[in-house]
Amino acid sequence: MYWQILIGLGILASAILAIRTKRLLISAIWLAVASALTAVMIYLLGAPQIAVIELSVGAGLVTVLFVFAINIAGDEPVEIKSLIPAPLAWGLLLLAVGLAIFLMLPRLGILPVSTVDVAQGAILWDARYLDILLQIAIFFSGVLGVLGLLSSGKPKGEKEE
Amino acid sequence: MTLSASSIVLITIVGLAGIGFYGILVSRNMIKLIIGLQLLVKGAVLAFILAGNQNGNINEAQTLALTIIVADTIVAVLGLAFAVQIRQRFGTLDIKALTTLKR
Repeated sequence: MYWQILIGLGILASAILAIRTKRLLISAIWLAVASALTAVMIYLLGAPQIAVIELSVGAGLVTVLFVFAINIAGDEPVEIKSLIPAPLAWGLLLLAVGLAIFLMLPRLGILPVSTVDVAQGAILWDARYLDILLQIAIFFSGVLGVLGLLSSGKPKGEKEE
Repeated sequence: MTLSASSIVLITIVGLAGIGFYGILVSRNMIKLIIGLQLLVKGAVLAFILAGNQNGNINEAQTLALTIIVADTIVAVLGLAFAVQIRQRFGTLDIKALTTLKR
């Protein structure tokens, strides 16, 4: 209970710091902290497998990718103002958050729909095989993305000045 | 009023989604945009796990959350690749530089 309050506050604080910090590298590190704390909260909710995956992928792999990309692209702090005015941003934010609360709050205390808990492997391989096919397709596009991340220099069609 | 554990998680979900949404709205740096997107999707994953926890059907929620994490990581990879390429072509990470159609 108290642990969950502390972890929730930690997640929110590190998320705010990830958005507010000017330097990109520190922002990526705060994102990793938020991801690790999210993994702990997922573990407390009784989902250890996803907690492990979130910790290794969300806090590990994604952070490495961010640091790599920031190294290539350069850590330029963007001080300029946002494209949309601040009151509009806050209004849209309040609208979205209010809609989320309005949709989620009445469904909080619902009774269990099915108490028959199938094993995760059975769900993954029998009922959700289409998801696995899509994940394989997504992995290939990710490989293409890594190639785009690694390839430096001008594209082939462009002439060297 | 005492907070139950699920409402604490719910507050965290709404906060994460709100912070990520705000980051997507106001930031002009492309890498900051992807960080906002990551925070938003982290809220979604947490929401799926909470739903499974409340439902008594945690394994189905874990399966769906696995799909979300995979898709979200690939989105981050592709976005970072775009950011690197745009930086090398335009010399900046500002998304305002991409409005080349507008004169």
